[in-house]
Amino acid sequence: MKLSEVTWFKIRKIRSYFMISLCFLALLIGLIPLISILAEVVINGISQLNIGFLTQEIAPLGQSGGGIGPAIMGTLFVIFLASLIGIPIGVFSGIFLAEYPESRMAFTAGFLNDVLSNMPSIVIGIFAWILIVVYTGWSVIAGGFALGIMMIPLITRATEESIKIVPSTVKEASLALGITHWRTTLIVTVPTAKRGIITGILLAIARVAGETAPLLLTILGSRFFLTSLFEPTAALPLTIFNSSQSPFISIDWPKAWGASLVLIFLVLFLNIIVRLLTKEKF
Amino acid sequence: MEEQVSVFPEDYPEKKRKKIILKGEISGDSFFKSFLGIMTILIFIIMGLLILTLVLRSLLSIETYGFGFLWGTMWNPTPADPNASPEFGVLPPLLGTLVTSLIAILIGFPISMGIALALSEFTSKRINFWGSFLVELLAAIPSVIYGLWGIFTLIPFLRGFIYPVIQNVFFFLPFFQGTDNGYNVFTGGIILAIMIIPTITAISRDIFAAVPDSQREAIIALGATKWESTKVIRRYGRSGVIGAVILGLGRAIGETMAVTMVIGNSFHLFDSLFDPSYTLASLIANEFTEASSPEVYLSALIETGLVLLILALVVNITARLIIRHTTRKFRGVETF
Repeated sequence: MKLSEVTWFKIRKIRSYFMISLCFLALLIGLIPLISILAEVVINGISQLNIGFLTQEIAPLGQSGGGIGPAIMGTLFVIFLASLIGIPIGVFSGIFLAEYPESRMAFTAGFLNDVLSNMPSIVIGIFAWILIVVYTGWSVIAGGFALGIMMIPLITRATEESIKIVPSTVKEASLALGITHWRTTLIVTVPTAKRGIITGILLAIARVAGETAPLLLTILGSRFFLTSLFEPTAALPLTIFNSSQSPFISIDWPKAWGASLVLIFLVLFLNIIVRLLTKEKF
Repeated sequence: MEEQVSVFPEDYPEKKRKKIILKGEISGDSFFKSFLGIMTILIFIIMGLLILTLVLRSLLSIETYGFGFLWGTMWNPTPADPNASPEFGVLPPLLGTLVTSLIAILIGFPISMGIALALSEFTSKRINFWGSFLVELLAAIPSVIYGLWGIFTLIPFLRGFIYPVIQNVFFFLPFFQGTDNGYNVFTGGIILAIMIIPTITAISRDIFAAVPDSQREAIIALGATKWESTKVIRRYGRSGVIGAVILGLGRAIGETMAVTMVIGNSFHLFDSLFDPSYTLASLIANEFTEASSPEVYLSALIETGLVLLILALVVNITARLIIRHTTRKFRGVETF
């Protein structure tokens, strides 16, 4: 049977609509887990939230009561320490990559940076264990070190990208006034790229705040509030993991959901701020 | 020079002026560059130390087991017989990592392509922006929450509705056999698929968006339908998309917590996708903190980390090289 031109065109049209709807179906399928996760976390977690839950010490597995106070404190501390390592190294090396892109070192560093950003997080945990935990024991410092290393490539890349899009006319205007290159970088280029750099830092913090695997090998977990930098501590992701592994489902799982709600709130909050910061570009 | 307002007193010697100007300003440039350079060299040092320390720490295990470590199937740190020496081999978790990642790609790739095409070709800019935002939020959710959701929602759903169907349809295939409680290799693959969708989607979308409009216009002018016009776009961005997929593979290989929570954590060579198993990362996550003695146990776990590191390095470097190559090609086309 030979199809006429018109029928053939109709078939192609129908196939086109069919494939396009498949694409939108894929979009839908991709969004289902997101909606399901957010809904589960909010529905199961919201009933847990009260002042006591947010501030009390963590109860042992199987005991009701208690809260996630030490975990919140631990997460904030670890992020703070990680920022001390990640932000300066990330921002300055990012400036280097953007300002001296022609050098061979910048090229290689950019490449290594990409590789580092995709390093399995548990391997970085082992690295921090070998370098620090072996000498100090399980400690917040080691956790901060591991997460700090994970932050570096993210911040470097964001800084580099945002400095590269600063118009060269702006820099040239400054250079033409007789201001040297390094001053131009510090008082003109970096402030112009400020928003992109802050965005990168916030995203990096959001990313490492939820990391569990490296913390498992460095800060170990604890039920109590932190008193020194050289002792094991709790962190939100670790608490979620421990509670989810508990055999006492009815007691510990709701706590895991409560902690998840706090963590996801922190992470999504940072992401939404970032989206709003970058929205004006479009 | 005479008109210039000087900050120096009238009687200040000329020689010193030059020195101060040079020190303070011009040499500031080279100082600044070296300072930034040192910060950048730290990245080299971190990568170097990372590999070096892992190799040093796993030397004991490498010397004891040699290459047999890679295809050994026994993991026995404390043998019941006191005279027997402990045995270590990572073939089962290595296979676990490879198989879960492969399942993740097989499921995640078509979905990611669909999303990337839908967002870049078939929607308005506004929907593209917010759709991308939502898909990238998936990447922002911490993996431990994926794991919790996996235990609580995904596993009951798969066990109740999906797995019985698969087992009834493919009852004759050996790797779909076995009873199952939902904690298995297949579930690990599915949760990884969800986690790599944002990675593959984001890069593919950027690549499709970078295809010059002249290409789209050309094929539409030839009478192609909307779908047929994506053919040229997919073909144009093919190598970039391959890079994106390999990058997704790298993410799947390195992912730890979500998989650890749903894969069942059992050390044996699985012969069905519905068997519980281990991945390299979940083996380390499960046993590292308890591996105090014997000494070779810890060394073997660190060597497991080294195997994971090498696997991730190879996959990621391949992906980066492909992506770099593609973006260069695109740049060449745009200046055309």
